[in-house]
Amino acid sequence: MKRITTPSVSRRSFIRTSALAGGGMLIGFNLFQACKPEAAPPVDIADLNFNDFNAFIKIADNGMVTIFSPNPEIGQGVKTSMPMLIAEELDVAWDNVVVAQGALDTKNFTRQVAGGSQSLRHGWEPLRKTGATARQMLVNAAAAKWGVDPSTCTTKEGVITNSNGDKLGYGEVVKEAASLEIPEDISLKDPKDFTIIGKDIRNVDIDKIVSGKPLYGLDYKEEGMLYVSVVRPPAFGKKLEDFDATEAKTVKGVIDIFKFGDKIAVMAENTWSAMKAKKIVKAKWKDDSKLENTEDHDKALTALLDGNEFNTMRADGDVKKAFANADKVLERTYESPFLPHNCMEPMNFFADVTQEKVRLVGPIQTPAGTARRVAELLNRKPEEVTVDMTRMGGGFGRRLYGDFALEAAEISNIAKKPVKVVYSREDDMSAGIYRPAIKYRISAAIKDGKLTGYHLKEAAVNSNMYGLIPNFFPAGAVENYQVDVAKYDSNITIGAWRAPYTNFLAFAEQSFFDELAEVMEVDNIRLRLDLLQNVKGHDDERIQYSPERLEQVIKTAVEKSEWGKKPEGVFQGFSSYYCHNTHVAEVADVVIEDDQPVVKKITCVVDCGIVVNPLGAKNQIEGGVIDGIGHAMYGDFTFKDGKPQDTNFNTYRLIRMNETPIVETHFIESDVAPTGLGEPTLPPAGAAIANAIKAAKGVRMTKQPFVKNMKEKELLG
Amino acid sequence: MPVYNLKVNGKSLSVDADKDTPLLWILRDHFDLVGTKFGCGIGQCGACTVHADGVATRSCLLQVSVAAEMGITTIEGLSEDVSHPIQQAWKEIDVPQCGYCQAGQIMTAAAFLEQNPNPNREEIRTAMSGNLCRCASYNRIEKAVEKAASKLS
Repeated sequence: MKRITTPSVSRRSFIRTSALAGGGMLIGFNLFQACKPEAAPPVDIADLNFNDFNAFIKIADNGMVTIFSPNPEIGQGVKTSMPMLIAEELDVAWDNVVVAQGALDTKNFTRQVAGGSQSLRHGWEPLRKTGATARQMLVNAAAAKWGVDPSTCTTKEGVITNSNGDKLGYGEVVKEAASLEIPEDISLKDPKDFTIIGKDIRNVDIDKIVSGKPLYGLDYKEEGMLYVSVVRPPAFGKKLEDFDATEAKTVKGVIDIFKFGDKIAVMAENTWSAMKAKKIVKAKWKDDSKLENTEDHDKALTALLDGNEFNTMRADGDVKKAFANADKVLERTYESPFLPHNCMEPMNFFADVTQEKVRLVGPIQTPAGTARRVAELLNRKPEEVTVDMTRMGGGFGRRLYGDFALEAAEISNIAKKPVKVVYSREDDMSAGIYRPAIKYRISAAIKDGKLTGYHLKEAAVNSNMYGLIPNFFPAGAVENYQVDVAKYDSNITIGAWRAPYTNFLAFAEQSFFDELAEVMEVDNIRLRLDLLQNVKGHDDERIQYSPERLEQVIKTAVEKSEWGKKPEGVFQGFSSYYCHNTHVAEVADVVIEDDQPVVKKITCVVDCGIVVNPLGAKNQIEGGVIDGIGHAMYGDFTFKDGKPQDTNFNTYRLIRMNETPIVETHFIESDVAPTGLGEPTLPPAGAAIANAIKAAKGVRMTKQPFVKNMKEKELLG
Repeated sequence: MPVYNLKVNGKSLSVDADKDTPLLWILRDHFDLVGTKFGCGIGQCGACTVHADGVATRSCLLQVSVAAEMGITTIEGLSEDVSHPIQQAWKEIDVPQCGYCQAGQIMTAAAFLEQNPNPNREEIRTAMSGNLCRCASYNRIEKAVEKAASKLS
């Protein structure tokens, strides 16, 4: 077996071993430090102790391996895929691996979250090295026992073999291995020798999920814990003036009702009593700032696009000149509404604030940041605050914001009792942190049949695109290229929503390319491929998409979807996109049923490098595509006088199974390091179906949600 | 407050509660059966689905006073050891992402397959359309119901 020796980042910086009293060996490492791109030692090596580690590998003397994972799991599957990386290089059989949630003692853990579909990308090398280090120590121990050179030994499924054919199981040498020096030079497997990476591995929590075991924040309970329902301002821009809880306090089970900040806490012995009493609290609200309407946002965003006040995010060449000299100019505007996250598990958090400490437990994507904010809020020392993570019933970005944890902490601090704040669906949808409403205006300059200028303008509520997004395709492909952004300040809270900005930007741009191809009278796929040729060999560090990889997913999607070869009555739409370091192309097949377009199938081609766990990866892809379709088709969220107009699923529409196409996934075979899948298949989905609807009905969708846009364009009755 | 005697997963349990308390919260807060999930509280998402006299029922809308007259089965009572064919199919297909809605999906599927042991694809899609999955694991739920049907027949 070929092994690739890699220069070692000081192993000792994040690995430490110890013999266990009961037999076996414990290897500790700091997962989040290890998975940071710079992988630096957390503190001075001499001061390291086991509290600096938040992940452990335990090898028992019977050879069983337990990997304690501290990861926040929101459904993206990292609790399964990250331990796979360790097990691969440790060279054990996956059947002998148990993945357990990390210990609850978080006093000294430095817990962080790698968001933005980055967990596997950053964990790829350090986690394999951690496994490989442990393997090498076991081999060294066996070799010492035999008196042979470790390099003459091989391993397979937890058994070490020397050149004489003698064998020792890992469990037989763990005691010796634990006392050895941590090797500095370790080698990693050649990808062709992988036995776990690339195999279908089931979700490690599957038994608990399908049998209803407590896993989630809402399931967490402690002796003496009280349940709290919170009355919050009914509209953005309203403030509490006064309240009367006389009647609400008579509800059985209610313990107390009190004001905190601008809200009212209804504390009870059980959830139902708290929710029931909350509804009859009589609160008086006064106007505090402007009460906004969707129509106001609409006008304001359009005015921004029509105006001249922009921040330029990227400018190549001379866009003004290109448009002045153009034979033809195409300009289109695309519009999207606010969107709530609607995690199936409503927001909730447990807090127990005492004189000694502040204990928080619940579903959170940013435990470290939340602990820090709680410490500031309660004026406590950071080391007095601990946060334990439960499994999360969805995240989608909503659980990056610890507002619900801060509420729980504040209430527990006042009540001097352990409490759990539980949001109703109405609370969850109306006290949300939303994807902002955005409009894009894209213009193209065409001269002598060529695309000579490309100008994208973004007008968004409260916040604009950031990071490398302005450098995504077609940046680098058009000589004169400019991205401008402008924002409208609102009192409505906004934030990250699965694939921030690109979740709508991809729809706008990939719809625009189809419109552009029509105007230029060229094939829509040829146009994309030709533009990619211009990016090949570029030396622009900001451009991180690969024209070669994007070209390959496009060509593969054409082939796998039988593009242009479908029988009459099947209308296809194309879309391709790069974001979160992953390249994706999607083709939608639409048919007309009862005079309405119905999406039957999506062919999705993905280049995410090496596919660590195909079974889990396909699940993410199917989910991302259908989520993208669902929100493009149905997602609508409007405000009247600062008040959200939908607060539950009776009027807010999420995609359901009978509206769901089959997603067929194809991976590009690859031997390069893996990239994330939690987000990148969502953005291209909207344009794939919009382009198919255009093919089917001759009508272009320019606004989300499409059901509303189709009604406006008289496609639906 | 009145005391209600309920039959849940074959066991007799009693609870002191207001008569309008939804079964969902009796199960979760009083009986520690937290497999039944809260999603919307208005019968729209299906996360709280249990069987009431064998019929898939939204426990967020079923008042304890009514539930007391019925035999209730929750996800915890579907099998002792994850051996129910539907649970097995869910495992084989590796359905869940976040997993939060899956108990409700499984309970809906179990009651549906009792009524219709040999469903076609459209019947499955219609029967399961009352249960939301925000992660959109719908393709796999569909496959798992098909697989469970073949196990049961």
